[in-house]
Amino acid sequence: MKKDSIFKRIFRFYWEGFQNMTLGKTLWLIIFVKLFIMFAILKVFFFPDYLKKFGKQPEKQEYVSGELIRRAINP
Amino acid sequence: MIDNISSSLIDWSRAQFALTAIYHWLFVPLTLGLGFIQAIMESIYVKTGNEFWKKTAQFWMKLFGINFAIGIATGLILEFEFGTNWSNYSWFVGDIFGAPLAIEGILAFFMEATFIAIMFFGWQKVSKGFHLTATWLTIAGATISAFWILVANAWMQYPAGMHFNPDTVRNEMESFWAVALSPVALNKFFHAVFSGWIIGGMFVVGVASWFLLKKRETKFALESIKIASIFGLIACGLSVWTGDGSAYQVAQKQPMKLAAMEGLYEGGKGVGLVGVGLLNPNKEKYNDGQDPFLFKIELPKMLSFLAERDLDGYVPGITNLIEGGYQTRDGGVALSATEKIARGHAAVQALTNYREALKAKSDAVIAKDNAIKAADDEALQQANDAFQQANDTLQQAQTALDKDFQYFGYGYLKDPSDLIPPVGLTFYAFRIMIILGGFLLALFAVTTFFSFKNKFENKAWLQWICLISIFLSVIAGQTGWIVAEVGRQPWAIQDILPASAAISNLSASSVQLTFFIFLVLFTILLIAELKIMCNAIKKGPQIVEQ
Repeated sequence: MKKDSIFKRIFRFYWEGFQNMTLGKTLWLIIFVKLFIMFAILKVFFFPDYLKKFGKQPEKQEYVSGELIRRAINP
Repeated sequence: MIDNISSSLIDWSRAQFALTAIYHWLFVPLTLGLGFIQAIMESIYVKTGNEFWKKTAQFWMKLFGINFAIGIATGLILEFEFGTNWSNYSWFVGDIFGAPLAIEGILAFFMEATFIAIMFFGWQKVSKGFHLTATWLTIAGATISAFWILVANAWMQYPAGMHFNPDTVRNEMESFWAVALSPVALNKFFHAVFSGWIIGGMFVVGVASWFLLKKRETKFALESIKIASIFGLIACGLSVWTGDGSAYQVAQKQPMKLAAMEGLYEGGKGVGLVGVGLLNPNKEKYNDGQDPFLFKIELPKMLSFLAERDLDGYVPGITNLIEGGYQTRDGGVALSATEKIARGHAAVQALTNYREALKAKSDAVIAKDNAIKAADDEALQQANDAFQQANDTLQQAQTALDKDFQYFGYGYLKDPSDLIPPVGLTFYAFRIMIILGGFLLALFAVTTFFSFKNKFENKAWLQWICLISIFLSVIAGQTGWIVAEVGRQPWAIQDILPASAAISNLSASSVQLTFFIFLVLFTILLIAELKIMCNAIKKGPQIVEQ
């Protein structure tokens, strides 16, 4: 009998594995809900990249150097 | 500390990061420890062919899976916080942090993700040997993953192998191996992993004890206890060894942290180690003359021995570190905090000069182009002079920056006392870690003894202690991190960037809001984990015992 290709066997391995899960289904649900909260809510609304608003590298360098200098206390 | 960033913002940023890191560290050690134990059990199954060990390994693997699923990606939140709340820091260290974290993400994470699927789905589909290999590689992936994260953390405690580039305002890696294999990183890695093994061992002994208390799954419980007890005992021994190595590194690289860990204000030669002590709450300043302790019991000369490998070695206290003037290991004279602050200001001033000269150079280039276009010789000469002057200033500023960069962070401190971390929290957290570590070592010795003498089953008192000790082992791990992180304050990066300069200029209320969002989210997830875990434990391994 002809053997299935390696890709087909890998796919079937995962497919059957996921199909036969019991507790795993609950855990995957928790993982997806968690990832959704993290990436679709927290990252988007609460954790933007702070330096993104400064555009390209030179502007970011300028901003950070300005902040580092400004926050230092002059003797 | 500084006028334009509120202390409230600094504190909330710290609290937010601490909350996330503490929550993340609930899962990581159990993954590392429990994973190793289940792999040992599966190895026994493969060697003996006994189905009992397969069922035993599968049960612990199920609990490993629950812990892994709830804990997965919680570390990513720390990376969100780097980008949002610690943006100056992220920029400043980007290249150094980037490499270990990229390796962690690509190599270790994919290794874990690939082999964990074989571990859970492959029992009936791949050979025993292949499955066992996948199990060990999953644990290896998790451990390698931890290694790179701890390398990044260790660099913050002991910045090595980099050079600060004032053009990019970033630290750039000069030696990957100096970063990855620094003595602080290696000690930190092994100490953290072995503490994870202790937690894994205690978890197995504790859960198995619950089965014995319930008079269920007796053979499974007793055999699990034997393996986990020996594993935990070995892990405790290794933890003592690497803990000593870590403390030695702290003494060499972060003496202020060591002084805080010991509540040591006035150092000297032949200093004792405080075994038990009660700090004096009335001591408010390092130089107020108040005795730092209400009482203490010391092990004579032991701190000198542990810190310097010499019973009469000199260990500086908080006051000595601030006032300087004592002889350093290399024969020099220690700088006072005031001198370091002055050199920090000089470094920041050098950066200021450099950035201004950089702008002046850029302006001179434009002026030169304009002068050439206008064929204005006088303007060209002026532009050339300005260009040359800017170049000279750049060189001078670079030299000054290189000379004082090791004290760069001191330029942000207003008062020498800003250098003192919270002594009470560091001191007590260290004592709790040590006392619990000693207790767990003794407990594993007792459980090993009784389990191999076949006298564990009827010791209900011991089973109760083991069950409760699951939480004690977690507390030991967490207090260890509190010592490591609180004890290095005010620094985000030791000596070169304090937290006050590292944080983003956000409103304190926005950080406060996300702190409470995390608190709610983490609490819900923790309740979910505990509920699912408890249900899985109650169900048991379902081994038909003879």
